[in-house]
Amino acid sequence: MRTHHSVSLPLRIAGPVVVFLILAFVMLPVVVAVLAAFNEKAMLSFPPESWSLKWFERVFTYSDFKDGFHASLIVTAWSSVIALVVGTGLAIAVKRLEFVGKETLQAILHSPLVIPHFTLGLGLLILVSQLKLQRGYAVVILCHVMLVLPFVLRSVYVSMENLDERLEQAAASLGASPLKVLFTITVPLLAPGLFGGWLFAAIMSFSEFTASLFITTQATQTLPVSMYNYVREFADPTLAALSAVYIVVTACVLAFANYFLGLGKVLNIEDSH
Amino acid sequence: MAMRSGLRASLLSPAFLVAVCICVALLSVFQFSFRAFVPGSMDVGGLTLANFTTLNKSIYLDAFINTLRLSVETTVLSLLVAYPLAYALVRVRRRVLKSAILIISITPLFLGEIVRTYSWIIVLGSNGFLNTMLRKLGIIDQPLSLMFTHLGVLVALVHVTIPVVVLMLATAISHINRDYEKAAQSLGAGPIRTFLTVTLPLSMPGILASVTTAFAWTFSAFATPQMIGGGRVPTVSTLVYQLGFSSMNFPLAASLSVAGLAMTIAALVILGRFTRRMKLAGGH
Repeated sequence: MRTHHSVSLPLRIAGPVVVFLILAFVMLPVVVAVLAAFNEKAMLSFPPESWSLKWFERVFTYSDFKDGFHASLIVTAWSSVIALVVGTGLAIAVKRLEFVGKETLQAILHSPLVIPHFTLGLGLLILVSQLKLQRGYAVVILCHVMLVLPFVLRSVYVSMENLDERLEQAAASLGASPLKVLFTITVPLLAPGLFGGWLFAAIMSFSEFTASLFITTQATQTLPVSMYNYVREFADPTLAALSAVYIVVTACVLAFANYFLGLGKVLNIEDSH
Repeated sequence: MAMRSGLRASLLSPAFLVAVCICVALLSVFQFSFRAFVPGSMDVGGLTLANFTTLNKSIYLDAFINTLRLSVETTVLSLLVAYPLAYALVRVRRRVLKSAILIISITPLFLGEIVRTYSWIIVLGSNGFLNTMLRKLGIIDQPLSLMFTHLGVLVALVHVTIPVVVLMLATAISHINRDYEKAAQSLGAGPIRTFLTVTLPLSMPGILASVTTAFAWTFSAFATPQMIGGGRVPTVSTLVYQLGFSSMNFPLAASLSVAGLAMTIAALVILGRFTRRMKLAGGH
């Protein structure tokens, strides 16, 4: 039963208005960037007086963006999959096993949420140069694994909370080995949460900037880093066009994920009462 | 059910390796912050405290104070703005509306700092959206200077933290048992009183989590103060980058990072205590 009738009329109007205004604030820069991308003039101004698609053409032909996209794909593919494997293993171990240093291990792995990205980036840069190693993809991927792992852990923990342990017990009592239970019962039941975690990790890794700025080189420069370098060199709306592509793709991916997975469940924000 | 030790090791060792890497990366920064600077190279000299005494200059102290101020302001503002969104996200019943609020409020999280910051430049610039609108409406004659200001950086930073704060608050609000609210209302409390005495105190875990994260994210933000502040809104992050890549003084950059990390941890401990006290005061 809702107690809606007890909420006075001004409150019932004020609530939605406030929410709408905040949503408008969140949307504003996103919408403005998409519109500015179609501006014909080479100067960044709003609103556009004449329209053009030429900046989109430049996005897809500018070599730094192509290389950056390529590097980002490599880094994202590896780091999101590694983070998923590491995170799932840890989440299962934390839920099912007692071991020494459990709390400490979890605290360290969650710490990149509060440790500044520039500190971690700087740390890896120093480490690599002191060990006289190459600043190749391995370092960038390792860095991204650290940064996206907390997000994977969150979504795997949430889906483990919703897992019915009796199904695993049933399999075990029917004679399945722990390994068989893990791969035939636990992992398939966790699949939506695992996919959600992987997706989050992938998008976060694809758009990570600050730490990447410290540890990438010309050869491993990810897309956000080449975007940053572009703004420092040019003032035309090319980056608005690239942002527009970014925004549309991201919003579509999230909408699809919401439709097929129910993001509310993955994110643990479903009203449970 | 006892898991075999092989399985246990294969579940845990990858996580253990990543944890070791995080620790080693942090130790590298720590270790470098006590080393003498050798100009023009990544090699360093002997142990010294000189880097930390260098930090005691107004340029660095100002950056610290400014970063702290930005972090506190951003945290408070994003809490105020994100709470209604999180509340609506959990309590709105129509699925379409719920999905729309969810997608709109979390999309900025996934765009990354560069796209978000660049979008704000188009909004705040002197020929940007805001100035054009205000001029067309006849409210201003001269463009307002919003770029390269504290206010401009603050607005963009709040925008950055909103999605993550919304998610954390929504998780907390979704776990509140509605029966408590109904009980308060059946005892005669109005909606505002119910909210202030029941819903708000019960969402304190989410508020604590989001305060911590919003603070740390703002402290860590680099592209936003760098691009919108344009050097006129100095922060710890922009100075670390400048010291490292313009002056190649990595030891000093490391000591600034260490000091920054110490300040983040101190601030988080204080904020945590404060929020916990509020929680106790509100809960009983």
